[in-house]
Formats: sequence, C-alpha cells, structure tokens
Amino acid sequence: MRDAKANRLDEIIASHSRREGPLLPILHDVQAEFGCIDEAAKRQIAQALNLSRAEVHGVVSFYHDFTAEPKARPVLKLCRAEACKARGVEALVDGAMAAAGDRVKIETIYCLGLCSAGPSAMIGNAVHARLDAPKLDKLIREIA
Amino acid sequence: MVTVRISDDALAIACGADEVANAFAQAGATVERVSSWGMQWLEPLVEIDGKGFGPATPDDVAAILDGSSPLGIGAIAEHPFIAGQQRLTFARAGKTRPTDLADYEATGGWKGLARAREIGAEATVEEVVASGLRGRGGAGFPTGIKWRTVAAAAADQKYIVCNADEGDSATFADRMLMEGDPYCLIEGMAIAGLATGATRGYIYVRSEYPHAIAKLEEAIRRSAHLVAPFVLEVRVGAGAYVCGEETSLLNSLEGKRGEVRAKPPIPALVGLFGKPTIVNNVLSLAAVPYILAEGAKAYADYGMGRSRGTMPIQLAGNIKHGGLYETAFGISLGQLVNEIGGGTASGKPIKAVQVGGPLGAYLHPDQFDIPFDYEAYAAVDALIGHGGITVFDEDADMAGMARFAMEFCAAESCGKCTPCRIGSVRGKELIDRIMARVPRERDALEGLPQMHNAVKTPRSLEDEIVLLEDLCETMKFGSLCALGGFTPYPVLSALKHWPEDFGARRAVPEAAE
Ligand SMILES: Cc1cc2nc3c(=O)[nH]c(=O)nc-3n(C[C@H](O)[C@H](O)[C@H](O)COP(=O)(O)O)c2cc1C
Ligand code: SF4
Ligand code: FES
Repeated sequence: MRDAKANRLDEIIASHSRREGPLLPILHDVQAEFGCIDEAAKRQIAQALNLSRAEVHGVVSFYHDFTAEPKARPVLKLCRAEACKARGVEALVDGAMAAAGDRVKIETIYCLGLCSAGPSAMIGNAVHARLDAPKLDKLIREIA
Repeated sequence: MVTVRISDDALAIACGADEVANAFAQAGATVERVSSWGMQWLEPLVEIDGKGFGPATPDDVAAILDGSSPLGIGAIAEHPFIAGQQRLTFARAGKTRPTDLADYEATGGWKGLARAREIGAEATVEEVVASGLRGRGGAGFPTGIKWRTVAAAAADQKYIVCNADEGDSATFADRMLMEGDPYCLIEGMAIAGLATGATRGYIYVRSEYPHAIAKLEEAIRRSAHLVAPFVLEVRVGAGAYVCGEETSLLNSLEGKRGEVRAKPPIPALVGLFGKPTIVNNVLSLAAVPYILAEGAKAYADYGMGRSRGTMPIQLAGNIKHGGLYETAFGISLGQLVNEIGGGTASGKPIKAVQVGGPLGAYLHPDQFDIPFDYEAYAAVDALIGHGGITVFDEDADMAGMARFAMEFCAAESCGKCTPCRIGSVRGKELIDRIMARVPRERDALEGLPQMHNAVKTPRSLEDEIVLLEDLCETMKFGSLCALGGFTPYPVLSALKHWPEDFGARRAVPEAAE
C-alpha cells in the first residue's frame, strides 16, 4: 500500500519532469516539504529518474542543504567566514551556544553576502545583520 | 504626499529596511522600494527628493519627514563615495525599482541586446573581445575568447550558464546586481546566447540568496517575451562552496555530486550535458549590455594594462565605510581601504587586508600601494579574485586566520584529490600544534622500525613551520582546482607577514624598532 507521502513524492517528481537535470530541484522540494530526504524518498526518486539508490544517496550526502534525517530543532545559521570574523563573530559564539541550549541548533555557515555589516545570521529565509551579543541572544530566544 | 525611496536589497532588509518602509507608509508617505546605492554603512538609507538619511530606524521617521533629523547626508549622488565611482555595470544602483520593466527601459535597458541583434552574432563576439573584458569570477580569462570558442563549436544545443554561486567571503556584488538590476544580467545572457547560438540559459544561484532567487524568477517571467527565443531558468545551489568552480557547477546542474571535472575538455567545448557551454560570472555577463550599447572602446578606455574596464569592488570586514565601489582598474589598495573605506570600523589601526576571498592572500599595510590589476596581484602571490576586500584591525590573529583557511578548505573540499582533501585536514592540525606552542614528540607510528626515515627528535617550532610550507607547496602544485591550489595563499601570506603570530621571530627586524 502506498502512503500519502509516496503519492506526494510522485507529484513533486512529476512537477520537474520537463526539466533537464531535475535531481537537485526535486531534492530541494522534498527537503522543504518533509524536512529531510529519507531512505524511502531516495529509493523512490532513484527509481523515477532511472538512477541507482547509491547515486541519489551520493548527491544527498554531498550537499550541506540536504539531510537524511529531519532537523529536530529550529536552526539559526551563523556566518563565521572571514569578514564576519573581522567584525567579531567569534566573540559571540559561546554566548549563542549558551542561549541556544538544547532548544535551538546553531549552524555555522560561510557568508551570506552581508559582509560589511556582519556579524550576520539567517533563520529560514530571513537575514539579520549588525548583530551583537544582545541582538543575537534575542534572535535565538524568539526563534520558533 | 512625499515619495520615499528605500532599498529592498537583502543587506538593507537585514538591517531593518522593511520596518522603516512600513513606518513611512504608516506615516502616509508613498514608499518606493528601489535597488541599493551600495553605501552599506548607511543602510537602511532613506531617499527623499535625492537627499539621503541613514542609517534609519522606524523611530527616525517623524524627524526625517519634518526635516529635523540629524541623519541627513545631503544629495546622495554627490556623496564622495558615489561621486568618486565609475559605475558602468552598476549604473542603475539606487535609481530603479529592480523588477520594473519601465524603469529598466527608461534607463537604457535592452539597448545592448538591440544592437547585438542589429550587428549579428559574429560582430557581437568581436565587440566583447575588443572590450578586453576578463572573467570577473576570479580567474580573469578573456570573456570574448571564451565566447569565440563556443560560437565556433558545432552542436545541436549550446548553453549559457551564469555562475551566481558567489561563495567568497567579502563578496556581494553578484547578489546586489541580481537583486537590484536583474534585467541587466538577463540582457547580458541573452546577448551571449545570440552571440554563440545558445538558446538555453541557466543561472545557478547559491541557496543562501533567497532574495536574489525571488527577484530573478520574477524578472525572468516578466521579460521572457523580450529575450525569446532565448529561454532562461534559475537553479538553486545546495550549500557547497566548491560548486562555484565551473565544472563542479556543471555537475551540480546535471544533478550530480558537485565534484570537479578534470580539464581538458574545457566546458566551452564539452560543458553542460556534454554540450558547448559558456560559464561566466554574473558580473562578466552584466558588463556586456554596456559594452554592446556604448561600444567596446568606451569600456576599454577604463583600466590599466591588461585589466580593462571597471571592477565592482566590495569593501567589507572591519571597515568604516563598507559597500560596493565600482571603479576602473588601477586604484591602489591603500586608497580603497583608507580614503574610500575610511579605515577600520573599530577605529584601531589596520593589521591585514585579505583580497579575493578565502583563497586570496593577506596583504600587509606595507603593500598598500599595489594597484588593482590582475597581473600586479599575481606578481606578489596574491589575487584580486572576485574583488572582495576584507579589512582586519590589530586584534586579528593571523595564525588563527591561516588555520581557518585550512579548516574552510577541509569543510568545502569536493574530495576528488588528495592534497586538498587530506592536506587541508593535516594543515589545520599542524597550525593547531604551532599555535599551541608545544614541540611535537615522536608519535607511536613514527617510532616503528619501518619508519626509519622519520625524525628521531621532537619537532621544534621551526621544523613545524617548514613542514607547513612543504604541505602548502604540495597543495599548490598537486591540487586539481583552485580550492586546494590556492588555499596556500592566505596561509603562506599570513606566515610571511606576521610570523610573530605563529610564535616565530620576524626574519628581518623592523628598522624603526
Ligand atoms: C573553489 C572555487 C570556487 C569558485 N567560485 C566561484 C563563484 O562563486 N563564482 C564565480 O563566478 N566563479 C567562481 N569560481 C571560478 C569559476 O571556476 C570560473 O572561473 C568562472 O565562473 C568563469 O567565469 P568568468 O570567466 O566570467 O569569471 C570558483 C573557482 C573555484 C576553484
Ligand atoms: S582541489 Fe579540492 S575541491 Fe578542487 S578538485 Fe581537488 S579535492 Fe576537489
Ligand atoms: S562573511 Fe559573513 S556575511 Fe559574508
């Protein structure tokens, strides 16, 4: 018996059928909708695109944006690349970790293109710049 | 009622532009969301009748409207930061609503494409060759020559791929162009298609740029009839720095792991899905409408030596006046960071400046007279790359930055070749040991009888530094692409100019001390 998820996956795959090289767009949609690309999804996508499961797994594991398991906590991506380091992001890291505790996950990201106004962070698609300790703390506490 | 112009660029939004715009709307003003002028330290910058106020918060709205605000900077176009620039690619920055077709047309939009259609494919390619335009993505390869190769290749399908992966720290010009003037990029790609016989184009944008992706998709929809039969599509990256490397990018577009391909064959001949493909950076393609509309000579008249035209330079890091500064090649680094950038944001002396992103060298203030030119930078083992400049003040720990270069390489390596995949991890460990200032004892492995070539004594700091230099040599010459191959630049430049940060003595004592 196919479940609703498998049917939805078919729909996603079909919606990209006219694209050349549809795998990444499909994976983006699956990640966005289900929060991860699990084993069953990998197999179903592989079958639909006439790829091996290993090929799909190889692609999923290569890219930072794709995860095999759903993220249990809300994520704040903190830029720790050079320009944000020059503007003091490293001094904020310990405080951010403490504020995040077990509730929020702080992920490191390298550059959001806001490099004259760092330290910067991203939550979902929302960007934040000119962070200092209190502002970052507030972002972390308010993240849903 | 008064019309207020506020940018909807991601940086302005990250600094609160949406809230400021809402506050103005609530106060009864007509709000127009425009592109950013690029004076990022003033964002959110509010423009009323050509006069600027910034950085503004919702609390400043009343004072700005009644004329009592102390945030005024006078006429924006006459601000020294703007007036000193030579904006060809960013001519519309701050002036137009990004996805408004009428604004684009009214400011000379589609003129380049019209001229290309008029003079034909061959003459268009030659115009780009004559302009001297070189790839703005980092490698500086002549754009016209690449186009010629693709134009001459016979194939049933060719592609134009725009590299908008912009992963380098300190770079945001691609982002600003895509968000602020997306039709300019679309026009450049349509011209490239016409010049080479390619009917399909892809823009590969990094996933960290959701605002740019949304603007591009809207602009592509709205302008489809104007660029037809050329067809464009946005593709979103998935958080891999190495996918900015052109062959890795092509693999990613094809739906594969973003591993680097060996060259030859070059993408111009065997590119996307094996077809002849132009891969160009956003800024290379966005320079083309000007070149076609105004002629190759108008563009080539700017610049120095073999670096022709202008470069949108990005001032970032610990800098007082950060932002986008487009100017002819030849400007000195000191001028850029001190005069235009106003020195550090912290007010402390500048210690180091990294030019060209994570793979670029750290330059010392002693080198500030170096002109912005591909060859001048190459001559001192540095690169201009994508034109990003990161300023560090005296608190920077350069051994720590060298360590980060290795750490970044290890995190982002595609894994195809050993010097990069393993060398970067070993490099990080080595710098950790150097920073810990403890000589390294022989480990268990080195004590084995088979390891008779291994050193018998603990390694001194000097030995470790020699080892680091050795490792850098191996990475430089043994890596397949510039991720592994150029990571030694920031490492070795940090070691050369700031040996004291690595615990070593300066080779040449400074005269003044
Ligand atoms: C690790 C690595 C990352 C790169 N990242 C980018 C990038 O983000 N954007 C870009 O345009 N070029 C990048 N490049 C350079 C491209 O490989 C290629 O030279 C460029 O896209 C060609 O376009 P251009 O001639 O217009 O510069 C990168 C190269 C390497 C080795
Ligand atoms: S140098 Fe690094 S990123 Fe480049 S091909 Fe080799 S392993 Fe991949
Ligand atoms: S380095 Fe942090 S936003 Fe670019």
